[in-house]
Order: sequence, then C-alpha cells, then structure tokens
Amino acid sequence: MDLEAQFERTVAAEQRVEPRDWMPDGYRKTLIRQIAQHAHSEIIGMQPEGNWISRAPSLRRKAILLAKVQDEAGHGLYLYAATETLGADRGELTEKLISGRQKYSSIFNYPTLSYADVGVIGWLVDGAAICNQVPLCRTSYGPYARAMIRICKEESFHQRQGYELLLTMMSGTDAQRAMVQESVNRWWWPSLMMFGPPDAESSNTEQSMKWRIKRNTNDELRQKFVDMTVPQARKLGVTLPDPELKWNPERGHHDFGQPDWDEFWQVVGGNGPTNKQRVEHRRKAHEDGEWVRAAAAAHAAKHTAREGVA
Amino acid sequence: MSFDNAYEALIDGHEDAHWAFGTGFSEALAGVDREVPAVDRADLTAYCLMLGDDALIMSQRLAEWCSRAPELEEDVALANIALDLLGQARLLLTRAGEVEGAGRDEDALAYLRDERDFRNVHLAEIECGPFAGGDFGTTTARLLVFSSWKVAQYSRLRASADPVLAAVAEKGLKELAYHRDHAAQWVVRLGDGTEESHRRMQAGLERVWPFLAELFTAHAVELRLAGVAVDPAELRSEVDGVLDAVLAAGGLTRPTDVPAARVNGLAGRDGVHTEAFGYLLAEMQHLHRSLPGATW
Amino acid sequence: MSSSWPLWEVFVRGKRGLNHVHVGSLHAPDAEMAVRNARDVYTRRNEGVSIWVVPAAAITASSPDEKDPFFEPSGDKVYRHPTFYEIPEDVPHL
Repeated sequence: MDLEAQFERTVAAEQRVEPRDWMPDGYRKTLIRQIAQHAHSEIIGMQPEGNWISRAPSLRRKAILLAKVQDEAGHGLYLYAATETLGADRGELTEKLISGRQKYSSIFNYPTLSYADVGVIGWLVDGAAICNQVPLCRTSYGPYARAMIRICKEESFHQRQGYELLLTMMSGTDAQRAMVQESVNRWWWPSLMMFGPPDAESSNTEQSMKWRIKRNTNDELRQKFVDMTVPQARKLGVTLPDPELKWNPERGHHDFGQPDWDEFWQVVGGNGPTNKQRVEHRRKAHEDGEWVRAAAAAHAAKHTAREGVA
Repeated sequence: MSFDNAYEALIDGHEDAHWAFGTGFSEALAGVDREVPAVDRADLTAYCLMLGDDALIMSQRLAEWCSRAPELEEDVALANIALDLLGQARLLLTRAGEVEGAGRDEDALAYLRDERDFRNVHLAEIECGPFAGGDFGTTTARLLVFSSWKVAQYSRLRASADPVLAAVAEKGLKELAYHRDHAAQWVVRLGDGTEESHRRMQAGLERVWPFLAELFTAHAVELRLAGVAVDPAELRSEVDGVLDAVLAAGGLTRPTDVPAARVNGLAGRDGVHTEAFGYLLAEMQHLHRSLPGATW
Repeated sequence: MSSSWPLWEVFVRGKRGLNHVHVGSLHAPDAEMAVRNARDVYTRRNEGVSIWVVPAAAITASSPDEKDPFFEPSGDKVYRHPTFYEIPEDVPHL
C-alpha cells in the first residue's frame, strides 16, 4: 500500500504516529520545528520568573517559584526528547536557539518587573499556554502527545498557584492590589498575542490542522482564552485593560479588542524588550557548561576503556 | 481517569502536597512532639538559627544556578537540592521562632533579621559561581564539603533531646546523603575528566578549603547545649575520611589546611560574616521589607 | 557537539505490583548519572519506587508495521513504546 495514503489514514483515524513509522518529510520537519520551539520556550521561559527566585517575598513563595522554574526545565527536557525520536539532536537544537535560527514564544521577551508578574504569568501566560497545549495532548505524534500530558498537568498546577498568589495579594495591602493591577495591565495584551496572528495572516495553519499537529485555529483559541479569563478576573477583582471587552449574547462569546500587532511583529522580529538578553543568558550558560559536559563525557569514555581492559 | 502509567500518583493524589517538590510544608513534621526541652531558651533559639541559616543561605546560593547549569538535567538536580535545603530551613526557622516565643515566624526570621543576627557558617554564604567567586567546580566543591559535614552533623542530631530537631535531622539526613552523593559523583568526574576540568575542580577545592575549619569549631552555644546540640569538633574525622575518599577517587589533591582567619576570634556563628553576605541579604530581603504588612 | 552526552531511555515502576513503564528519555554521560538524573527529572514528585535506565543505543526494536520498509537509519535503535498511555479526556483547564 502507498505509504503516504497509509500515514494519512492513520492520522485521519486519530491514531498516533510513532517514531519508526513512515512519515512525510514535511510532517517530520514541521514537527521538529514546532516541538523544538516549544522546548526552547520552556527553557527561555525559566528566565523571566527565575529573575525573582532570589527575591521571593516569603519562603513558601520561594519554594513554589523555584519548583515551578524547575518544572520548566523538565518540560524543555521532555520536549527535546520528543524531537530526538524524530532524529533531531538536543545539542544542535540548542545551537539553533542561541544563534537565533530557531525561535521561542515571544511572551518571554517581556520583562518581569514586580512580584505580581510571577502570579500574572502563572494565571495569564500559563493559562494561555494551557489553552494552546491541552489540544496537543491529542496531537497525532505519539511522543509529543505523551510529553504534553505530563506538561499540561504540571502547567495546571502552575496556573492555580499563580492565581492563588494573586488572590492573596488582592486580599493584602493597597500597594499589593495596585501591584497586581499594574501587572495585569502590562501582561494582558502580550498574553492575547501568544495565540499568534489572526487566522487570516497565519501561514501554516491549514496543513498543520490536517496533520493533527495543530488542533484549533489561533482565533478559536484566543476566544476560548478570553471567555475563560473574564470570570476569573472578576473574581480576582482586577480590570482587564480592554475597553471593547464585553459579553455578546448573540455570539455566546466575549467581544474584545485587538492587540497591537505591530508590536507583536517587532518582538517576533527580535526587537522586543529582552530578546537579546534572553538568548545571551542561554548562550552563556551553554558555553560556560561546555567544559563540564566534556569532562563527564571524557570520564565515561575512560571508564569504559578501563572496564574493557579489566 | 484510567490510564496505566507511572504518573498515577501525580494525577490522583493530594495535589497540593506534591505539586511543587519541597512545598508540602505543614505536614512534614506531622505527629512530632513539639515540647521544648529544659534548656536555656535563648541558647536553643540560637542553635536552631545556626542550623536553619546554614540551610537557608546554602539554598539561596544554589538557586542562583537556576537556568544557568551546564546541562538541563543538572539544572533540575541543583534545584532539587536547593528545594530540599529550603524545606529544612523552613522547619528549623519555624522551630527557632517557636522556642524563642516572641511571635516570629519563618519569614520574620528570614527577612527581618539583619546581617549580624544571622548565624550561618561562611562556607554557605561565600560566592562559588555561577556569578563571581568560581564556577561549577567550585560549587561542586562547596556542595561536597557542606553536605558531608551536614550528614555527619544530622546523623548525630537524630538523637537530640529536642524532638523537633531530631525529626528534622531524621528527614534531612536522607536528603543530605543524596546531595553528598551527587556532589561526589561530580567531583570524581571533574577530577578525572579532562585537564581543564581537573584544574578547575582542584581550584574549586582550594577556594573552599579555608572555610573548613569553621565547620568544626564549636560555638559556646553548642557546648552549653549538651544532649541537644552536636559538638562540631566531633565531626572532623568522619568528614575528613569522606573527603579524602572522594578526592582520591577523583585523583585530586587535598588542599593544605590554612584556615581563614577570624575577626577578633569571631565568625559566622557569632554573626560576623563575609562582605558578600550583605549583598546576598539585601537581595533576598528587599521585596519583603519594601512592603511592610503585606501578606504573601 | 563533541561533548554531548548519550541518550538514555527511562523506565519507572510507579508502585509495587506494576511493571516498569517507559516514561521518557534524558541525556547523561554514564549509567550512574543517568539513573540519578532520572530520579530528579522523572520522579521528583515521588511518582516511582524503582527506576531503570537503558542506553537508547542498546535497544533493538521490531518494526511497528511489517509493511514498513524503511525508516531513518538513526531511528532503528530508538525505543518505541507500545501504547501504554491513553489520553485522558478531562485534562483540566485550571
């Protein structure tokens, strides 16, 4: 039977594609790029929140934040492993990240400027990530789908903890409430941008939907996120900074305004507030670690050689 | 939800307890007798602070590696160690506040004490990388020395007349043994790996060695609390034995013991610290102090 | 990448009475470090009682589909796991 027809039948039947199955080159390449970008996002995403570990305002919050950032390293690791089942190499992907040839989620090019940002990232950014990622638990590529199950579970803890931090701050002092609102104001629009450009301007969607490596369009997911977030904001007592935001009973959804897509493309293009800093941080860690990785590899090689002699 | 996989515990269980490693705080010592033994309360408070500050400050330093480790797997491992130590610190500072009886909780003690009131040893506070003061080799050297010393201390502390300290030691000992093992694995690999790694590992040992002597120098509080506290002088031969064995396995040379001089005979246990420590505290405490009365 | 570490496949026994199941992979310079890394990466929430690590290169796998005539040369040693995992329908949104 024609391999491509069989592949398409497998995918259309919601069966999983596994590493050694035949797959079209385009599927493999698209997947490697998508999963690698996702992995890079987890790793770069450690930085904006990691920025506050040393200054966390209570020991409990410090433990929670450190554990969360650690989870992100774990997520990156699971995802790089998924790319390796497709024939990619983590070292090469890291090189692509630090040389700017592969991208990561633009949201992490925004700076974290107060501790409320830790909570708002958990609530909005992780919330948006969950909207994007839950459908990927059913994505057609088996190792990716399995990694996403665990990641989504952990992300949902993160989101709850972020929201809980904000609830606590909102029940605190006026200064804390102001800090939360100011942070929401800064993060709301970038969070909406996380779903990517409007469907009309999005290039890869159709093929990716057919391959079941993308399951919903950008605009569908954005709508879902807004609908989900509005009642949470109300409960929290914060205002979402969009004068056009209101319930539309005819559509059964909220209407809302458009983010500044010029800013989006600027940040995607490398001119965001922290693009250079984030990549430089990662590059330095990778290069500073080279002698350690080399030492462990050399030790293992000697050890193997010695055992061979004995 | 029925799927047979290894994460059943994660998905079904009591989520808050393990959603973040090391944050299941309130239950860590469930059922432990909290009776305060019949010793001088100020002494016992000071001793709890010594132990708690060692763990807190070491954790603060290790967490600096987060997103900066040589490989992702090591990033996760160092964060685990930092979280273990932070968990110990919280139990110990809580105990200090409880014994003191002045209404100070773990956060009041961590965030609102000034430098002179911290009682950690210098080894925990000095810079050993990833920023100034060293690299992964230096950090590994410190972790080996610190955790070898703590293993020896906690294994004796399990017999403390303070039931809370005994329980913290019981729980912490397993963690510390793992930290020591992790450090030892790296010391051997770096010592044996390449010329560069050998040189850096040896330099790391040279960097931390002057701070060894303080670990085994008894403070008056420790001596007065016989039966509750461990006399650090007793730990020396055990720790030396461990260090010598690990260094030998890595083909490394034990540095000459030239203890860092004290200041008028005083050091970390007396609240006299290194210059770097003020910066560490400034960073750690700044936000908490900026918003008096806030709840977190 | 001269110094990149080899890939290891990780198997965890979730609790007594269950088989070890494949949970993922990681990089480590040698077996001792691999099993330690696996503990930190895959069982840091106490998900397991026992861990196995196996060099990915040491696994020989049958082809998943007998009609499958070719695949990436590097792919034939990559562990391919049977479908131990079903996808939960109710992964929570919050």
